[in-house]
Amino acid sequence: MRPYGPPLTHGGPTMALDTLQKQRQRSSRLRLAGLLGPGAFWLTLFFAMPLVIILLYSFMTAGPRGNVIWQATFEQYTTLFTKDIYVNAYTRSIWASVLTTLICLLIGYPLALFIARSPQAWRTPLLFLILIPFWTNFLVRIYAWQIILSNNGLINSAFQALGLPTQTLLYTENATLLGLVYGELPFMVLPLYASLDRFDFTLMEAAADLGASRWRAFLRVMLPITMPGIAAGSVLVFIPTIGQFVVSELLGGAKVDYIGNLLQRLFLRSNPPNWPLGSAMAVVMMGVLMILIMLYFRSTTEEDR
Amino acid sequence: MPLWLSVYASQEIALSDGIAIELRDVVKAFGDVHAVDHVSLQIRDGEFFSLLGPSGCGKTTSLRMIAGFEYPTSGKILIHGREMSSTPPYQRPVNTVFQSYALFPHMSVEQNVAFGLEMKRVPKAELGPRVQEALEMVRLSGYGARRPRQLSGGQQQRVALARALVNRPEVLLLDEPLGALDQKLRKEMQLELKGLQERVGITFIFVTHDQEEALTMSDRIAVMSHGKVLQVGTPTEIYERPSCRFVADFIGETNFVEGRVVESAGGYATIETSDGIRLRGCSARPLSSGTVATLSIRPEKVRLLPQGEGNPSAENALPVRVERINYIGSDTRITVRISDERTLNAWEQNDRSTVDRNAYWQPGEESLLVCPADNALVLTE
Repeated sequence: MRPYGPPLTHGGPTMALDTLQKQRQRSSRLRLAGLLGPGAFWLTLFFAMPLVIILLYSFMTAGPRGNVIWQATFEQYTTLFTKDIYVNAYTRSIWASVLTTLICLLIGYPLALFIARSPQAWRTPLLFLILIPFWTNFLVRIYAWQIILSNNGLINSAFQALGLPTQTLLYTENATLLGLVYGELPFMVLPLYASLDRFDFTLMEAAADLGASRWRAFLRVMLPITMPGIAAGSVLVFIPTIGQFVVSELLGGAKVDYIGNLLQRLFLRSNPPNWPLGSAMAVVMMGVLMILIMLYFRSTTEEDR
Repeated sequence: MPLWLSVYASQEIALSDGIAIELRDVVKAFGDVHAVDHVSLQIRDGEFFSLLGPSGCGKTTSLRMIAGFEYPTSGKILIHGREMSSTPPYQRPVNTVFQSYALFPHMSVEQNVAFGLEMKRVPKAELGPRVQEALEMVRLSGYGARRPRQLSGGQQQRVALARALVNRPEVLLLDEPLGALDQKLRKEMQLELKGLQERVGITFIFVTHDQEEALTMSDRIAVMSHGKVLQVGTPTEIYERPSCRFVADFIGETNFVEGRVVESAGGYATIETSDGIRLRGCSARPLSSGTVATLSIRPEKVRLLPQGEGNPSAENALPVRVERINYIGSDTRITVRISDERTLNAWEQNDRSTVDRNAYWQPGEESLLVCPADNALVLTE
């Protein structure tokens, strides 16, 4: 009289349940592997492997013809931390990145705030304007800056027309800084905009209501609440800037060395190339960035607590 | 408060004749729209004053001008006699409880409450006890270390209150503070707010679109519509003697009967409808015959007598037929037809404890509707 359901043998239902669970576990494990597989493969091949190779190379000896001799040594790291040229390149690169990040922040915050406070209909066009430069190749845009900054370029022509003396603008460290800020600014503005767009501006009224002037309300309320945006923008600007070599070469005239320039030289240009030293240099750079990113994550998780 | 400051403050208050807030012919225009249109109001010290009206009537804009978030296009705002029309919010002796509470999400409850005192550079030794006192006042001591998002809506609401009241403002401004709460909590908070206001003795200006809320809590109410104040009065004045059709309609429920004035004398007026029904009601001023007017009768002030009872030729007595009956527990809402075109609503209290349906009216039954002229009101606007 029971046409449907499992047979009512003793223990039957539990057995069926067990096998069902096992089957489900197996199939879910399979699905997981299927889903993660391609990504894991990709990451291993193109991310982990090169990283391991670079790490290995950094502990090897440089051969006389640019080859790598498989003989473990700390020589590369000793060189990096003792020779002025490398120490200077690190401090210069970090300093330039700090400056670039700060200037981007000082320009980017008011800009992002302006966009976030614009009428709804204006915001998308304004964001679009920020993104337009990406339509042109970065190198081309840096060459355009050469044209603007050179001794008979746009600015100096204007100076001459006004009877002012020619200013050396191109091939200076300030030109490098300008190029870096110019290139990285959108990466600062976008995360800042995202966090200011979410910001509840009633909080500023509440702060004013409780006796805070505009500046104090900004420092005590808006700044801390938009800190994740500031951190994200800073990381996005800092990381590419520390390894850059194009801007310092094309606008700075390659007069001084940044990490990126040395890396490029050690791997490609010097005769013979020195891959182990270059690898060590990259490892140290990654170490610096790693610390910064960890600081970033700590700042954002504290915010979410 | 230092002694010299308290003396100063009390003198100021004395100068302002017990008026906490005064709006003098205040206009606020956004482009072509007059959000607030020539509003004049006087709000007394220690009063629970409500600005009541539908959304877009200008009540919130008025409150924001008192807080200093908006500046009037013209007119003056005085706080205890001091002209403050263009004083920035952080220099005004008022505090606001926002509709969304606007608690600082990155600060603990304690830090939120301490914010105003810190801005005024109250010494640390005084700050701690005052914060605790404020949290106790709203029954939240022990919650100081939590973040606002870890609290329920009602608790957040109370933090917002504590954060404002800890500054001992001359006036507390509340912008629909109960709007986000559910019905039950809302009722509780209404009583709690009223009790709190009586304890601290601070003037409260309360913005709401909920007429019941305004009636429950307020000492006086200003009813607003389209940027104008239509009537200012106590809850009973507003409900029993509305100055115009809008107020009568917005506060509570009422029946309107349109007609023309046929006779008016001694504080009463009689109107006649197009189908010949004559009704008499109170009138604030004498009206000339022929004036278009509306009679307003509250449904709970209407009596329905069983057929055969009462005198059909008496004043404001109309033979009617019961049309619809709506039993809602505490009372029964009955729609009766008074003529081919007109129906009226009458509410009868269910003061008999019975489940016998026949104890109540049946549709189609004949009845006599009676409404003393003192319970009806003739309005011309």
